[in-house]
Amino acid sequence: MEIFRPDQPIIGFMKNAKKVGAFSLLMILASIVLIATKGLNYGIDFAGGTIVQVKYEGKAPIDKVRERLSTVKEYEGATVTFFGSDSEIAIRTKSTTKSVDSDVSDQMRKILEGTGKFKIRGVDMVGPAVGDELRTQGLMAMVLSIIGILIYISFRFEWRFALASVIALIHDVTIATGALALTQIDVNLPILAAILTILGYSLNDTVIVFDRIREGIRTIKSTNLGDVIDESVTRTLSRTTLTSLTTFFVVLTLYLFGGEALKGFSFTLLVGVVVGTYSSIFVASPILMWLNFSIEEFRANEAAKAKREKEKEKMRAMYEQGTM
Amino acid sequence: MGTLNYRVVIFAFAFIFGVVFSIPSLTQSDSGKKITLGLDLQGGLHMLLSVKTEVALESKLKSIGTSLKYILEDEDIVFDDLKIDSDKVSFEVLDEDEIPKVDKILAKEFKGIVVTKKGTHYELSLSEKMAKETEKHAIDQAVDTIRTRLNMFGLAEPTVAKQGEDKILVEVPGVKTAEDEQRIRALIAKAAHLQMMAVDEDRANRVYSMTQAEAQSYGDIILPDVSEKDKKYLLYSIPILDGSMLTDAKVGYEQKTNRPLINFSLDGQGSKIFGDFTEKSVGKRMAVVLDDEVYTAPNIVQRIGGGKVQITGNFTPQEANDIAIALRSGSLLAPVQVEEKRSVGPSLGADNIKASSIALVVGFVLVIIFMVLYYGMAGVISNVALIANLFLLLAIMSLAGATLTLPGMAGIVLTVGMAVDANVIINERIRELLHQGSSVSKAIEQGYNNAFTAIWDANVTTLIAAVVLFAYGTGPIKGFALTMSIGILASMLTAILGTHGIYQWLLPKIDKNRLDFWFGIEQEKGAK
Repeated sequence: MEIFRPDQPIIGFMKNAKKVGAFSLLMILASIVLIATKGLNYGIDFAGGTIVQVKYEGKAPIDKVRERLSTVKEYEGATVTFFGSDSEIAIRTKSTTKSVDSDVSDQMRKILEGTGKFKIRGVDMVGPAVGDELRTQGLMAMVLSIIGILIYISFRFEWRFALASVIALIHDVTIATGALALTQIDVNLPILAAILTILGYSLNDTVIVFDRIREGIRTIKSTNLGDVIDESVTRTLSRTTLTSLTTFFVVLTLYLFGGEALKGFSFTLLVGVVVGTYSSIFVASPILMWLNFSIEEFRANEAAKAKREKEKEKMRAMYEQGTM
Repeated sequence: MGTLNYRVVIFAFAFIFGVVFSIPSLTQSDSGKKITLGLDLQGGLHMLLSVKTEVALESKLKSIGTSLKYILEDEDIVFDDLKIDSDKVSFEVLDEDEIPKVDKILAKEFKGIVVTKKGTHYELSLSEKMAKETEKHAIDQAVDTIRTRLNMFGLAEPTVAKQGEDKILVEVPGVKTAEDEQRIRALIAKAAHLQMMAVDEDRANRVYSMTQAEAQSYGDIILPDVSEKDKKYLLYSIPILDGSMLTDAKVGYEQKTNRPLINFSLDGQGSKIFGDFTEKSVGKRMAVVLDDEVYTAPNIVQRIGGGKVQITGNFTPQEANDIAIALRSGSLLAPVQVEEKRSVGPSLGADNIKASSIALVVGFVLVIIFMVLYYGMAGVISNVALIANLFLLLAIMSLAGATLTLPGMAGIVLTVGMAVDANVIINERIRELLHQGSSVSKAIEQGYNNAFTAIWDANVTTLIAAVVLFAYGTGPIKGFALTMSIGILASMLTAILGTHGIYQWLLPKIDKNRLDFWFGIEQEKGAK
């Protein structure tokens, strides 16, 4: 089976770069507006609070539970929702307890007594101080990995490649975050992991397109960057689509079958895979063009970089010899 | 078939290695190294605790006060107004002539204490260095104490470790019921602060009309009875001795009533202090106080030597057992508080395993079918690499004794989707070269060469994100980063080197007229 054939006519991506760019800009703006107005719905990992997961025998008496909770002062504003099935509920509250030997789950068990036969299946409680710490750590992780990647790509390509890939990356992460604001999914630690995975995935995609452009600059005769990009992107289209498809499949199965606990995580990844694929084709490369990347200059630099090339050859040779 | 080349041999070894070392984990056999399931998969209790170190500082001062009192009395120095506040111990020496003697005692017995003197009035406080040490000691001691308690409780492999400067991580796998969990939490929280305190017999009859502040002004404290909450005792706030002099605690039974009680023994110094005190105080009452509740306050009939003491109370055998464990393991110098708690019931853990395993299998099957449909034999070869990759991932995790969490499972599922990427890139390059009319062997060699830098750069960038996530992530997230990283590294071996070897090995078999079968190229339109 072949979707894109290797001799497939070159698609003029760069002709429409401005239109696509405008669309991307619109998406980013919409995301920012969403994040600013609706805001992210921070879950307990970052905001602190408690989630108690209760499973009833038979249908959960959700109204009765709400009524019971409304009579207890500490749990005013607690939300009760079905969780995965109609026999299971999740009670979310902002309150936390410091005491080790008597905590929210013990109090909850007393409050719910008599609402039916139930079992408390899980309790997650994060104190406000820990929430703050986790948020700082999460942000640090994000910033550090972007810096690390920036350095690596600058080293392997050129600063404009690095900048373009990071802009594409910010594009992806912003839109994925916008989707989180739109759906008001609880933002917890697994969501952070998903965002960081998108970061890696989006770059992965972009790097492979850039690798082809780098190769195209050497092998394609034209000095028009638009032509080189068009040809390179067309040639990697098959790979980009295929890998995105396989990744999309598995993330979709995770979303459909992976259980409630992984819903938010896999949803974020689904958005990320789609946006990441789009951006590596339509966003990263035009930015390279708009950054005034010049083929002649790059070729001149290439000569100077011959030393580095030798290193790469060595790496290839190492692989050939099987030492890697 | 072609001759065996080093690539295919290495790949075969990696494959066998992967299968062999992942068997213990897959079959959950008792022998061999296995992957540990995280608390979110097997169920259990995870808590992050903090220590109220300010209480440790206070009790340090209190114990300074206690030993000061004992020493001064022992040396027959007359003093008055001995008071213990939250930040200092103060007292008044009545005979000015004894000041040099007091100074000498203070210098000798109380090192690291800041002494401020105004005439005959003394104030003792902790030096900054000592305060820091006391705080650190309180945290370290809490870690040791909680660990000892959980081990004595007889649970499978609890983890108790210091996290960062001032937090304690407690992980207890396999907690079956909510009642068990509560019992474990009660055991952890128990200060187990044992004190022997003398009843202030002079004022004892006024206890019900006295406020705590008034009691304090006499150097007394009012404490409630453990079972009858209305009953109160007026006690000298400086204890005769405390639990630090305890050597053992055991559950016993009262002979007549068969009710559980706790026997404990004191060390040499404790026995002496206890013997001296009981000798002096015949006819008075002495209270056994545990965590600021009076368990028993019998009349002293005669001197009690040998350092054997009993606590009675309305215990259930279970309570008596837990209190004895807590006493044996020593008291917590400072109380602990919960900062974070995650408790997963065994049924929820089982659900998590089931759901994520289904996702893994379905995702895996989809990818495998897709690769075969799209690439033909080349897809089959990629799939062999993918299977090897999974086994290798499990084997490495088993050998490292890594913990598999729910996000870790998600990481494995994701690896399945992304590991074929390398093969997609390679297969596309080979197809491209075949279309350009290259021979099969040249297309394969050249294809691998062309694809290598792209795969390398792409994997390194993903790896950077995963490593940072591992360094900054906590708990389950670390598991995700770990499986991702191992998956990427394993895929470099299986998807690049492994498949390359297989192609070289199969090369003589590959029919250039059947490129549709071998590489999924549509022949009618494609072959020129």
